[in-house]
Amino acid sequence: MVRLTIDGKEIEVAEGTNIIEAARRLGIEVPHYCYHPGLSVAGQCRLCMVELGNNPRPQIGCNTQVAEGMVVRTDTPKVLEVRQSIMEFHLINHPLDCPVCDQAGECWLQIYYMKHGLYEPRMVDEKVHKPKAVPLGPHVMLDAERCILCSRCVRFCDEVTGTGELGIFDRGDRSEIGLFPGRELANPYSANVIDICPVGALTDRDFRFAVRVWYLDTAKSICPGCSRGCNIDVHYNIRRPHHNQGRRVARLKPRFNAEVNRWWICDAGRYGYRFVDDPSRLGAPARGRGDAAQEVGWEEIIPLVTAQLRRYRPDEIGVVASPKMANEDFFLLRRLVDHLGLIHVDFRVPPRTPGDEDRILIKADKNPNTRGAELIGLGPRPGGLDARGMLRAARDRRIKCLWVFHHDLQASAWPAAEVGDALRAVECFIYQGSNSNGVSAAAHYVLPSAAWVERDGTFTNFEGRVQRFWKAVEPLGLSLADWEILGRLGAALGLGPEPASAEACFKALAASAAPFAGLSYRELRDTGKVLSA
Amino acid sequence: MRLRQRFYLVEVLIGLGITAAHFFANLGRHTARHVFGSKTARGAVTFQYPEERRPYSPRLRSLHRLVRREDGSPRCVACMMCETVCPAHCIYIVAAEHPNPEIEKVPERFDIDLGKCVFCGYCVEACPEDAIRMDTGILEFSSYSRRGMIYTKETLLGLEPAEPDGTPRSPIPIPADRTPNL
Repeated sequence: MVRLTIDGKEIEVAEGTNIIEAARRLGIEVPHYCYHPGLSVAGQCRLCMVELGNNPRPQIGCNTQVAEGMVVRTDTPKVLEVRQSIMEFHLINHPLDCPVCDQAGECWLQIYYMKHGLYEPRMVDEKVHKPKAVPLGPHVMLDAERCILCSRCVRFCDEVTGTGELGIFDRGDRSEIGLFPGRELANPYSANVIDICPVGALTDRDFRFAVRVWYLDTAKSICPGCSRGCNIDVHYNIRRPHHNQGRRVARLKPRFNAEVNRWWICDAGRYGYRFVDDPSRLGAPARGRGDAAQEVGWEEIIPLVTAQLRRYRPDEIGVVASPKMANEDFFLLRRLVDHLGLIHVDFRVPPRTPGDEDRILIKADKNPNTRGAELIGLGPRPGGLDARGMLRAARDRRIKCLWVFHHDLQASAWPAAEVGDALRAVECFIYQGSNSNGVSAAAHYVLPSAAWVERDGTFTNFEGRVQRFWKAVEPLGLSLADWEILGRLGAALGLGPEPASAEACFKALAASAAPFAGLSYRELRDTGKVLSA
Repeated sequence: MRLRQRFYLVEVLIGLGITAAHFFANLGRHTARHVFGSKTARGAVTFQYPEERRPYSPRLRSLHRLVRREDGSPRCVACMMCETVCPAHCIYIVAAEHPNPEIEKVPERFDIDLGKCVFCGYCVEACPEDAIRMDTGILEFSSYSRRGMIYTKETLLGLEPAEPDGTPRSPIPIPADRTPNL
């Protein structure tokens, strides 16, 4: 450990820490563009100048490691003047097209100009012009004029993904970011360069002109795209519904979690939210198949479904839960299954194409909560069938009632004909899910569930980390969170009153399932807890 | 209140006296001017609106218009500053890609709901492109429905600035639900 003084405050930090990080620990912000804690130090932007002891020349904070007894000042007139001059230098060739720039509102040029710039511009010459609105790949749009050449994106592609598509070309004020010849910025993590770009040089093609960022609200969440459980922020727009074609969720952004995803998320996860505001969403409970289908209210559908569940013998009912559901839902489903004495319970449905996996974040299991389903015990009971066995039994009319959650069985690895035969043969098919799919049309009863951004809950990732996600927007139409639907069904089946909230479900889960013992929403905080079991 | 004022009739008669005095004074002045050809006598007149319009101050905030570029396309770049600053939330802009990357952004839709507008002029102040102005001199916008109060991009682009005395240069836009023969 090293002791040093920053702006008169003493602090002890680990050896090798740089001045920016040491100052951050004291709550002192040293402005910077090129430095990023997840990347190597470049020392490009020169904005993080600080004064060291009696050294007459200010030094950059990012590339200066702390030393014993060091005296750092970040607020002297000399430092402030240097910052102002460097801001002016960065903005010399900046086009100042904030009105059309998607970064406006979250741009570090705007923020630092207001904090550390505020100079009278002296630039009288014609600005250097560079390519604008150049797509670099499927997700990233480049505006070379706005770039301040911090090289964060170049270092990201070199160091994090190791793909090295980007480079800085040309010299002097004509330097610009670009792709190496014949390359495309299409690696599975390409959109992270948008997040780390401090200015509007790299913007999101998916989010392009969709919503101005100051209309967005944020909710903390967990990416449901795979079993990694990357921490994310859901940015949603409900203030100006005419923007973004009425879609409420505008974009997902990674949220820092040192133990899970650090600063990054993959592109598949980032753009995997479109189903939330998709026209395929199920808006109301429905009964009847095909042309006879009619939308009904919850008070009508709940007694109908409970009557069906009571009508059949426990070994005539099959339940296929989904690893896309939250721990709270699993707990209530488990309680219901145990109450009815059902034995055919499963949650595993193999996908048609096996998921890809890499060493960075992406996991082959594309479900966020497989581990939770395992731990809460939604596998087959002794003597019970697994999901495929249930389909076969349904075809042979041994299983008469099938209750499927979220899965599109038609898109599974199983032959579509086999699935179709089973669903046609079954007497009562209950589908519970957020979106219509290949099997929902065959359902006798449709229970619309809320998407993950429309509710509270927790997922358990592949390593047993329980992480919380928060509600961002209201459930679409009449849809309800899965735990709420299961709570209502449970109450109708005589399992006591409906739980009041997802938190209450989790509390009951923690009290009854050993691996979750001692956990609560408060205990989980923002970053989650790894289960001891 | 004094005793005399409490006798209502006295005050009424005083009021009638003032009205009558103005009436006869103006009658005299008009007679002097129009019958006897006096050049100095000038009676009070009413503007014969709408045939005759009072000159408006150039600062008057009248119906909005969208300023055009030389090729007739809107100067607006859909930055949403006016939409953001609007206290009445009456501006609805949807942005689209402009084929020229130097312009980059263009409004695909630009609606102003005049039924909600409070004519504060903040949109004009906020605009970084001088793309919206309230200088058409048009004050006559009414409609039989709420829908008819929504003025679209095409309507707003078609308007011209008023003459220096505030006379509108463009015809008053007639909402879809208000045909001239009605």
